[in-house]
Amino acid sequence: MMSKRQKRMAAVAALVVGLALTAVFGFTAFRKNMMYFYTPTDILDHQVADDARLRLGGLVMVGSVKRGDGLQVDFTLSDCEKSLPVRYDGILPDLFKEGQGIVATGTMQNGVFVADEVLAKHDENYMPPELAKSLKTADGKHSCAPFKSATGVSPAPRSQAVSSSSAPRSALRAREGTVGRADGDVKGGVIVGRDAVVPS
Amino acid sequence: MNWTWFHRLASPPSFFRFAERFAPWFGGLGLLLLLVAWYGGLVLAPADYQQKDAFRIIYVHVPAAAVSLSLYIAMAVCGAITLIWRMKLAECVLVAIAPVGASFTALALLTGMLWGKPMWGAYWVWDARLTAELVLLFLYLGVVGLNGAFDDPRTAARACGLLAIVGAVNVPIVHYSVVWWNSLHQGSTILKFGKPNISASMAWPLYAGLLGTYLWCGYAVLRRAQNELLLRERGTRWVREMGTELAGTADVC
Repeated sequence: MMSKRQKRMAAVAALVVGLALTAVFGFTAFRKNMMYFYTPTDILDHQVADDARLRLGGLVMVGSVKRGDGLQVDFTLSDCEKSLPVRYDGILPDLFKEGQGIVATGTMQNGVFVADEVLAKHDENYMPPELAKSLKTADGKHSCAPFKSATGVSPAPRSQAVSSSSAPRSALRAREGTVGRADGDVKGGVIVGRDAVVPS
Repeated sequence: MNWTWFHRLASPPSFFRFAERFAPWFGGLGLLLLLVAWYGGLVLAPADYQQKDAFRIIYVHVPAAAVSLSLYIAMAVCGAITLIWRMKLAECVLVAIAPVGASFTALALLTGMLWGKPMWGAYWVWDARLTAELVLLFLYLGVVGLNGAFDDPRTAARACGLLAIVGAVNVPIVHYSVVWWNSLHQGSTILKFGKPNISASMAWPLYAGLLGTYLWCGYAVLRRAQNELLLRERGTRWVREMGTELAGTADVC
């Protein structure tokens, strides 16, 4: 026979366990809908209606930025596996540059992503400029790990890759003296992807 | 195991004396560390290679966001103790935490917006991290509001405890949102397992700021809990005895 206190303890425990399970099942089922943006891989692997407004995230490929008339700019956005041409006519954020992560909002039109808003997605590495320069990492030292496919690959190995590939830590790895970049960095006009080399 | 220290601390008069003794230390040390952290972060630390001086918002933003989550966990634990053991002290601490947590959540959201505009290009986006942190603010405000909606403070505390526990499911969602889903917000720099992604010259003011903010929160919660205790126990003998004791000294009134 449980005492009153034990009953209350069991009720609170059941509440916590039930809520946790609900959250896990709910968010697993709606994982796709929780994504703030899709990656080029997501869009190329699926049919996207011409008038569907969506957000596209990835790294601006080095050597791909071409300025047109006025504020128009064309560039290629990549997630280290696939890439998409993007066109934008407007003011770019200060952090926009080749190799930088960005999130663009717009529509797919004849294979080109026409954006009406471009936001910069900076990484979580902080270091003084001298250190960044000495590492020769000031340009393109960004990793593809934050750009997760919403639809393509099953979530489990992906999230593994995100935490264990240490791609976000590439800058620190370089600081420790071990030469070489982690998988999925953009540099020198080519993207060394997880399993593919994409020339710009 | 000997639990007398716990029961002694949980009794209102001894908690009150404990808080009276340690709160000034929490407040003083916290303020000192915060001043050191701000000087270190705003003056001594070098500018970031990518974000230049704008990255310095991190010295307010990250500590505020960290305590907003930690305080919620503490509030939910108080909620569980309130519901299971009906401990008066836990009720007071629960009610004391809510406005402090709400303030730091609001601070984290505001500093985040001020950081987002110059760096991302937008004050606000509805990505998983920002949305979950906003939900956290509403949960805190919900506890504050619920507490005010009951006449009986003990009934109010039990309702608040239930809400605090239910809302606790949001805490891991805020923290892991940047790992589980695509977001505009970047991943964690220091509050994660593994090596921090920040140079030592920029990291130490951040650690000082974190510790200082935690201590300051400790101070605020202790003082508020004392206040709450006095209010609830105002008719009891220990409060009246303390009152006459204080009335004997000249500096009261």
